Amino acid sequence: MLFPLSIINAEENDKRNKITKNLRCLICQGQSVYDSDSEFANSLKIVVDKKLQEGLSEDQIYEYFKTKYGEWILYDPGLNKNTYILWLLPILIFLIGGAIIYKSFIVKK
Amino acid sequence: MKNKILPFSVIIIFGIIFFIFYKGLEDSKIYTPDVNTKKEIPVFNTKEFFSGENVKSSSIFELDKVYLLNIWSSWCVPCRQEHPLLMNLNLENKLNIIGMNYKDNLKNAENFLKELGNPYKEIFIDLDGTIAIEWGAYGVPESFLIYNNEIIKKYIGPLNQELVDEINLFIK
Repeated sequence: MLFPLSIINAEENDKRNKITKNLRCLICQGQSVYDSDSEFANSLKIVVDKKLQEGLSEDQIYEYFKTKYGEWILYDPGLNKNTYILWLLPILIFLIGGAIIYKSFIVKK
Repeated sequence: MKNKILPFSVIIIFGIIFFIFYKGLEDSKIYTPDVNTKKEIPVFNTKEFFSGENVKSSSIFELDKVYLLNIWSSWCVPCRQEHPLLMNLNLENKLNIIGMNYKDNLKNAENFLKELGNPYKEIFIDLDGTIAIEWGAYGVPESFLIYNNEIIKKYIGPLNQELVDEINLFIK
């Protein structure tokens, strides 16, 4: 894809790549927008560029796509009522495991 | 006593985890877009298809009228299939059909309309697909039923007679 020279700015490009890697290409199977070359993904990349030029932050861009397409478009889901188990389970297992180890090895001594 | 609490709690925790994952099995693995939520239509500027003049979204969609926004393209094969249905809908004259020409070559698009007829009250251009993204669209063809500047229903993929009947029910 060609961009006007003025836009080619390493920092912005990195940011754009990071954002598009975290957006799911909704019409492809298991591909991010960054990886895909579908019509949908290409348009989405242009929109990300536009939003970056408008000065939106990464989170604001995610929020924008979330309102348009729903949470599913994000690869990195936030903490909400549908995902809290996903986030809290590893911590819970870690704590319980630690407690078991503590009880059975340290307290015995 | 202490020794009994530990295995018991482990069993309970695994039971809970098993239950959660078992419930998760019932969820659909196939992504189904939300097509029923009411959303405000986006605000955008674009060009009119025939004249090439600038148009604002607010001048296309008026309050108190039912619109069907149809995203189409001359290179899209399913669009050809649904086109006769749009022509029929237009003949019944109960709603305004607005066309969004998606990533198309204008000459090809004009030929498409010459060949199959023009059911659209107005057509605007989306050359790079960004307006379609504003609408939350996935590709072509796609149709949005709009009333009072709100998207009432979204039809992803080509329309068929069943869906047209559904649209007619909405208009009544």
